[in-house]
Amino acid sequence: MLKIDNLHARVDDKDILKGLSLEVKPGEVHAIMGPNGSGKSTLGHVLAGRPGYTRSAGSVEFMGQDLLELNTEERAHLGLFLAYQYPVEIPGVSNMEFLKASVDAVREKRGLDSLDTVSFMKQARDACKLVDLDQSFLKRGVNEGFSGGEKKRNELMQMMMLQPRLAIMDETDSGLDIDALQVVAAGVNNMRDDDRSFILITHYQRLLNFIEPDFVHVLAGGRIVKSGDKSLALELEDKGYTWIEDEVA
Amino acid sequence: MPDLMNGMLDAASANAPHWLQERQSVGRKVWVEADLPTRKTEAWKYTSLHALNRSFDSAEPSAASKAELGFEYPHFGGCKLVFVDGYLRADLSRMDIPAGVQLVRFADADEAQTELIQRNLGSVVDSSRHLFANLNDAALNDGVFLQIDAETDVTEPLHLIWLTTTQPTAFTVNQRLLVLSGASSRASLIEHFDCAGNGNAFTNGITELLLEDGATLHHHRLHLEEAGAMHIGGVHARLAKDSTLQSFHLALGSELKRIDVVINHAGPGAHCGLNGVYLLRNEEHVDYHTCIEHASPHCTTDEVFRGIIGDSATAVFNGRIHIHPDAQKTRAQLSNRNLLTSAQAEVNTKPELEIYADDVQCAHGATVAQLDPQMMHYLQTRGVSREEAETMLSYGFINEVIDSIALKPLRDYLRPLLAKRFSRDPKLMRHIL
Repeated sequence: MLKIDNLHARVDDKDILKGLSLEVKPGEVHAIMGPNGSGKSTLGHVLAGRPGYTRSAGSVEFMGQDLLELNTEERAHLGLFLAYQYPVEIPGVSNMEFLKASVDAVREKRGLDSLDTVSFMKQARDACKLVDLDQSFLKRGVNEGFSGGEKKRNELMQMMMLQPRLAIMDETDSGLDIDALQVVAAGVNNMRDDDRSFILITHYQRLLNFIEPDFVHVLAGGRIVKSGDKSLALELEDKGYTWIEDEVA
Repeated sequence: MPDLMNGMLDAASANAPHWLQERQSVGRKVWVEADLPTRKTEAWKYTSLHALNRSFDSAEPSAASKAELGFEYPHFGGCKLVFVDGYLRADLSRMDIPAGVQLVRFADADEAQTELIQRNLGSVVDSSRHLFANLNDAALNDGVFLQIDAETDVTEPLHLIWLTTTQPTAFTVNQRLLVLSGASSRASLIEHFDCAGNGNAFTNGITELLLEDGATLHHHRLHLEEAGAMHIGGVHARLAKDSTLQSFHLALGSELKRIDVVINHAGPGAHCGLNGVYLLRNEEHVDYHTCIEHASPHCTTDEVFRGIIGDSATAVFNGRIHIHPDAQKTRAQLSNRNLLTSAQAEVNTKPELEIYADDVQCAHGATVAQLDPQMMHYLQTRGVSREEAETMLSYGFINEVIDSIALKPLRDYLRPLLAKRFSRDPKLMRHIL
């Protein structure tokens, strides 16, 4: 599904990713952990096509296509979804019209019929319920004045509506209390199936108590320096990141 | 002054009721002796009056049918007066005037109404500062008088439509409205300007709003004239003790549009909410000059104007708040934000705060920006195309101001009309309506 090969990327002329390789197969859940500044969020932004985040070498194949040659919306149409660490506030555009525009665009490109308003509303309300967001949030401006936790749940709701093939969750756990964390984890676990994959970018092991990953990778200095199963996350929790950095150095 | 408007002035003086004749001659004297403002005149620095350098006919009553006028008349409930080229068209109007409301042409005013008009007309507008008010006086042979009686709560909106046609030669229309909101009355008024066809009328208008103690007026002024239409007009309001004016303004760009909004807080405890939106494209021009005179203590002003300027259009926003020495405990804020959607678009925005009292809270701000690239990207990561994201964000930029309109039928009328300004492709607008 996703094959990243020796990816080098820079942000504002600064090299951040320095030869990252990763393969994600359908149905797999990969956790990417690492210290601050290791390039975790950069990976998500490069994959999503954020302006200013440029590849200097390497390749990324997604669903059989050269991902980095596609524009941002085309990546979304193919089934890529990035849950933001800091979701953007858009006053004046309601959450509802934003969701409908997204769902219509993605369904159209996937050759599906457009949802009529009634079915769309039902799905949106159901998704709100699943992420424990009051329906009144649908009428508010996108993320406008939402708390940190509400923004994260709003991201999750969008993911449920868009049904991506690969979801990259960028520090979705940061700033969440334990109840909100469980809501997010339940949302992800419900969506897990044989075809859908996840990349969980996280600083802490805590999220992985609720979402069990198939693989854990440690990102340091812009590369994956160690990979393992979920026990690696526990080891990191126990010993911190320093030993890895030492080992790599 | 060049004699470009003489046709209109001669026609006006031939048809005016005798009690308007003195006002006419005073106005005409000032007008003919004045020079047309140039870009060197501070108040006209960014607005060229070049478009007025042609000869104008005076407007004739139009017999065009509703279909010929090609204008769809929205109905917001309540009475509706339709003027075509300045002349009342009873056949297009709904004259069911609610109880407690007087709404007449000056020409039809009875003795008591004439007395009220004579006493109040020109009492708010300061014609020494507004040259075109003198032209309006000079050409004044009719106008509209609206009075809401004291203690009257008018639930249905009062809708006045001034429609201009397109004629073989450019022509002038003189518009005048005098509104008296009686003590503790409540009403909603829509002043609605539009044009049929490409437009070549020059409308020169003055509206005076007098709010007596405790009156509430929801005032909406729509400038929907596009293309070749020209309009220089002003709204001049005086707010007595504890009165509230909510005034909403909308201007679509056209060849020349200059709107002055002057609010005088004349009694303690008055409040004004002033919101506006202007949308320009092609080579259109809109100039809003707002001036809030805080002459009395304990008054408040909340002013928000937003503009979207595209193509090679030019916009001007000048927002002045003047706090007089006696206006202690004033709270006033002004925000003007502009979105430029092309590299050639231009806006000149200038907030002016003059404060002569020491116990006041004032804030003002003006910004000029392009669409936020982070918002654009966020929408695109959800699959929304660049073009649709631009449309949604532009519309979102003004949506909050549109939301502030209390009158739902008016909001519903404006939304699709505004959406069309952002994109001619209905597919790009389908999610914002």
